[in-house]
Amino acid sequence: MTSVTHSNAKMTATATTRVLGVLAIAATALMTVLGLLISPADVIQGEAVRMLYIHVPSIWIAYGAFVLTSVSSILFLRGRKRREDRGRHYDRLAGSAAEVGVVFTGITLVTGMLWGKVTWGTYWQWDARLTTTVLLFVTYLGYLALRRLPADPIVRSRRAAVMALISFVNVPIVHYSVDWWRTLHQKASLSVGRRPEITGEMYWTLLYSTLAVTIVAAWLIIHRYRVIRLEELRDEETLAALISSRLDKDDGSN
Amino acid sequence: MLAETLLVARKDLRVEWRAKIALGQVAPLALLILVVLAFALDANSSLLELGAGGLYWVAVLYGGTLLIQRSFDVETDDGNMDAFRMSAIGAPSLFLGKSLALFVQIGLLELVLGSGIAVLYNVRVADWWLLLVAAAAGTVAFSVCGVLWGAMSAGLRVRATLLPLLLVPVLVPILLAGSRAFETALGVRADAGWTWASLMLVIAAVHTAIGFGAFGFLLEEG
Repeated sequence: MTSVTHSNAKMTATATTRVLGVLAIAATALMTVLGLLISPADVIQGEAVRMLYIHVPSIWIAYGAFVLTSVSSILFLRGRKRREDRGRHYDRLAGSAAEVGVVFTGITLVTGMLWGKVTWGTYWQWDARLTTTVLLFVTYLGYLALRRLPADPIVRSRRAAVMALISFVNVPIVHYSVDWWRTLHQKASLSVGRRPEITGEMYWTLLYSTLAVTIVAAWLIIHRYRVIRLEELRDEETLAALISSRLDKDDGSN
Repeated sequence: MLAETLLVARKDLRVEWRAKIALGQVAPLALLILVVLAFALDANSSLLELGAGGLYWVAVLYGGTLLIQRSFDVETDDGNMDAFRMSAIGAPSLFLGKSLALFVQIGLLELVLGSGIAVLYNVRVADWWLLLVAAAAGTVAFSVCGVLWGAMSAGLRVRATLLPLLLVPVLVPILLAGSRAFETALGVRADAGWTWASLMLVIAAVHTAIGFGAFGFLLEEG
């Protein structure tokens, strides 16, 4: 890696991501107004329905992030013989998407528990959807743990890529758990090929919230990707400096 | 491919036969887990009879994880992974061979634990076929998952803690399905026991397919 590349990459922000960041803040602010002030309370769930505007988009974003992790992992494995930066690019993308996916799965769990306390009277039920979501969360935590292990970076990335593919099996299980098993959790509010469970202002607020959370997630993934790249550059430069100082020392002693 | 698979399985079983870790150490420890679980439930015999299926699979999970750990420690401690890479044995044969060896070892462990719950928890079998099919399906699923995740953590310095962290979330659906199928087979639950046994076969099939395609990547060096 050249020093020019390094000097160009000392920050994670660019003009585009700054615009995206401002857009993410504005979209989140509007989502808050729509969700808390404009959208009405539900006839059955009351004010608790507002939790869904963050709960539902979060799990959709988490699914999307895990899809991105899987696709990037396949591309990484396909190009594994190449050592140049392009192969590493897919590995970084897989890692950054998985981190964001885990964060949004965590948000889904927390908001779901809060919603459950209000609606069901308890934070936790041993329900198929809740249990499979926790398993998904823990599985991807394991994936992130594997990525951070002290090992040869190529070997570690390759194993992480295989793990990403296996872990993705959990995603359809979580999503369809409400259809496959008798659960306390309600059916999906929005689903492709099925009439939405909600209508009117609630429906549009939920759709808009999904868009807003997507922008936030994209912004986070881009920055996380760049942080991973900077960490790799730092490690390479540290190693090069150590080797250089060792060589200088050996020359001095001769 | 069949010859290579059997060769690898025979090698693993011979190593195990000489060391006698599975029957000499892991099986007694898993039996001890059954006893400890009974203490945790205050040795309440009706509760133990109701929960015998679940407790059995928890003990299998514990003992099986140790066997999987050992199956790959044997390879990495002596540098056998390098030998495999150099050999003409294909990755799918290696995957199947190690899975077959683990299947035999976990199957033996389950025989011991099955006798354990019959004696300690006083269970009666209502449907022998379901019990045997569920046990076989669960063991296949356990073995193929174990080989995949064992290879994933093989050779890493923190593998002792990493393997359970990676493996347990994947094994939980098997544990859940196995518990439900066993509860039906033991006559304590009128539920779709065969559906749960089928689910374990599906899990086994998915992991076998992934293992066939991806095991080679796990063997490659940097």
